[in-house]
Amino acid sequence: MINLSTFYEKRQLVLPGDLIAEGDYIAGDNTYKEGDKIYATRIGLVDYDNRRIYVVALKSFYIPSVGDTVIGKIIEVGMSSWTVDINAPYLATLRASDVLDRPFKPTKDELPSIFDVNELIIAKIVSYDRTCDPLLTVREPGMGKISRGQIIEITPTKIPRVIGKKGSMVNMIKDETGCQITIGQNGLVLINGKTPEDERIAIMAIRKIEEEAHTTGLTNRITEMIRRKKKEE
Amino acid sequence: MAKKSPEKLINKKDVRVDGRKLNELRPVKLEVGILSNADGSAYIEQGKNKILAAVYGPKELHPKHLALPDRALLHCRYHMAPFSVQERKSPAPSRREIELSKVIREALEPSIFAEYYPRTSIDVFIEVLQADGGTRCAGITVASLALADAGIPMRDLISACAAGKVEGHLVLDLTDTEDKAGEADLPLAFMPNFNAITLLQMDGKLTSDEFEQAVNMAVEGCRQISTLQKEALKVRYVVKEAVEE
Amino acid sequence: MTIPAMVVRVKQKRIAELISHGKRLDERELDEYRKVQLEAGVIERAEGSARIRLGKTEVMVGIKIETGEPFPDVPNEGVLTVNAELVPLASPTFEPGPPDENSIELARIVDRGIRESKAIALEKLCITPQKKVFVVFVDIYVLNHDGNLIDASAMAALAALLNTKMFNYEMKEGEIQIKPGYTQLPIVNHPVAVTFAKINDKVVVDPWLEEEQVMDARLTITMDKDGKVCAVQKGGYGYFSKEQILEAAKIAKEKSEELRKILVKS
Repeated sequence: MINLSTFYEKRQLVLPGDLIAEGDYIAGDNTYKEGDKIYATRIGLVDYDNRRIYVVALKSFYIPSVGDTVIGKIIEVGMSSWTVDINAPYLATLRASDVLDRPFKPTKDELPSIFDVNELIIAKIVSYDRTCDPLLTVREPGMGKISRGQIIEITPTKIPRVIGKKGSMVNMIKDETGCQITIGQNGLVLINGKTPEDERIAIMAIRKIEEEAHTTGLTNRITEMIRRKKKEE
Repeated sequence: MAKKSPEKLINKKDVRVDGRKLNELRPVKLEVGILSNADGSAYIEQGKNKILAAVYGPKELHPKHLALPDRALLHCRYHMAPFSVQERKSPAPSRREIELSKVIREALEPSIFAEYYPRTSIDVFIEVLQADGGTRCAGITVASLALADAGIPMRDLISACAAGKVEGHLVLDLTDTEDKAGEADLPLAFMPNFNAITLLQMDGKLTSDEFEQAVNMAVEGCRQISTLQKEALKVRYVVKEAVEE
Repeated sequence: MTIPAMVVRVKQKRIAELISHGKRLDERELDEYRKVQLEAGVIERAEGSARIRLGKTEVMVGIKIETGEPFPDVPNEGVLTVNAELVPLASPTFEPGPPDENSIELARIVDRGIRESKAIALEKLCITPQKKVFVVFVDIYVLNHDGNLIDASAMAALAALLNTKMFNYEMKEGEIQIKPGYTQLPIVNHPVAVTFAKINDKVVVDPWLEEEQVMDARLTITMDKDGKVCAVQKGGYGYFSKEQILEAAKIAKEKSEELRKILVKS
């Protein structure tokens, strides 16, 4: 008789080293298996998906993934590439060939005039593995230098909630506040509104989602909050 | 400075100078996430000890040739503030601080999944603001919390506690006075899930039996500290239920 | 990777495999020490000295005695200070420069063994209370690193101390006057360090260099002549179980007696 036991209910808080389950389970995100015991590796809320046990981390950092849209800051201009801080343990590289539509001609001033140190960009991760730093591209619509707006930083694990199912949450915020919102998978969100007040309300909404990400009925509550704040103006 | 007259540290009823029983911990207060710049941080008060720990990382390690190709490098700096002890201590790292930085790093290393983050470094800073014996243990306890607070994946929390021998009795969690006047001091760090002792030092004189008893006592102390660590994390990460505005 | 490094990698796997079957690559038992060769009094300029070969590990210890001020909290006692140098010629991994964490740890472990066992009768080294005492400098010089520097250094230090002679003196008008003749440094205990390595969950004694490169963790237990534990240090980024530690303490008692016989026979 296989022993199957779980020691926590869905959505309960677990801490690193907490024994979540024992038996024929699969160790999902933020857990590890030792023998037939599954332990949490991070602080978070436990969840089950059939035999797979995982933890939604309340505190973690962004690990690059191919295909992710990220917001980054140029920290170095090289001979034919830029070094970009994407708020991850690894610095990313953006090569000139992944920016320009034409072949790159190495002229001294060309690179800084495209992107200079401290400027912000929206980019996409085209490659990344354990042996080398992530590689970026901006050769897609909507990507490139960020010239205006506000950027806020939230825990990367909350990003899916800010986006919502099929974009339902972020689209609602866009509609209600009239702001353009670009979400970086690395926890950075760019907000561009017609007025600073609109931006402020959008930011408030996103912060509230970050705090209450684990609750239900969130979309409705956020919608109501935004409408209330707009009336107060 | 007048020398204290040699009063007994443990009375006939086996009660210590600060009123504790032989196997009793000093009062412990733990707080997590108190520094805004660090990726993770925690603070401990244990008796008169006041110690802060902060974690930065994982972040890319430069110069690159120092990085490990298959795992993160853990750096640890144990440091005492000049005003932390009775006689001002020079800010320059002493040999003791260098040794303690090494053994503390080796105590924490088994707990982190360093292999998940090749070519990076994880920096742990332990600052002793006020010292009263057992600072390396309290430092490990609070550093482990800071690592969890930084979101670094861990196998388990590590807790640490010292046992020792004072006036012929085996005691738990020695103060500085007890350590200096006592016959032995045995700091120990423990990782419960693996029944693993990750730090063990001893200086003094113990028979083999006393050594065994002291190790057992210290492990028991670690179990109690482990419970306090988990409570402190829960307090910090308590998940608020939806609040209607 | 260079060829020797590749050879080492393959060898390391072999070492670990053998140990899980209770065997060692150099055919020693799990609780067997390498051959110990001891030479005392090798440096005439030093007040005491010894050179030890533990297998191929070679450590020299020199003792210098000077006069100095006592520590304020023990004004009638001599002072002991232990220093270790991992000189570059001893290993391709040793860099020149100030002592790093490894040499500091080594010195402090040997120091604790001598200090906590009260091996030196420091109270006999007082010249003028609160003002002048003898200072014993124990300098550990590693000449060849082939594993287990701790035990080799501790043994060499004890042998050197047993070999140390202090000049005779008398006090004339508050000044030290050297008289002819020498007195042995008063040694009343004989601490011996026994170091274990954990490899594939087995615990072996006296690891040589290649075993050290494969080990998860290291445990040093120093015992005095009465079988009392006077210093313990766990090192390395792995861990030991409580049972392994207590088992090691039993073996350490046996081994320290064996080694003590070699060191104290002169």
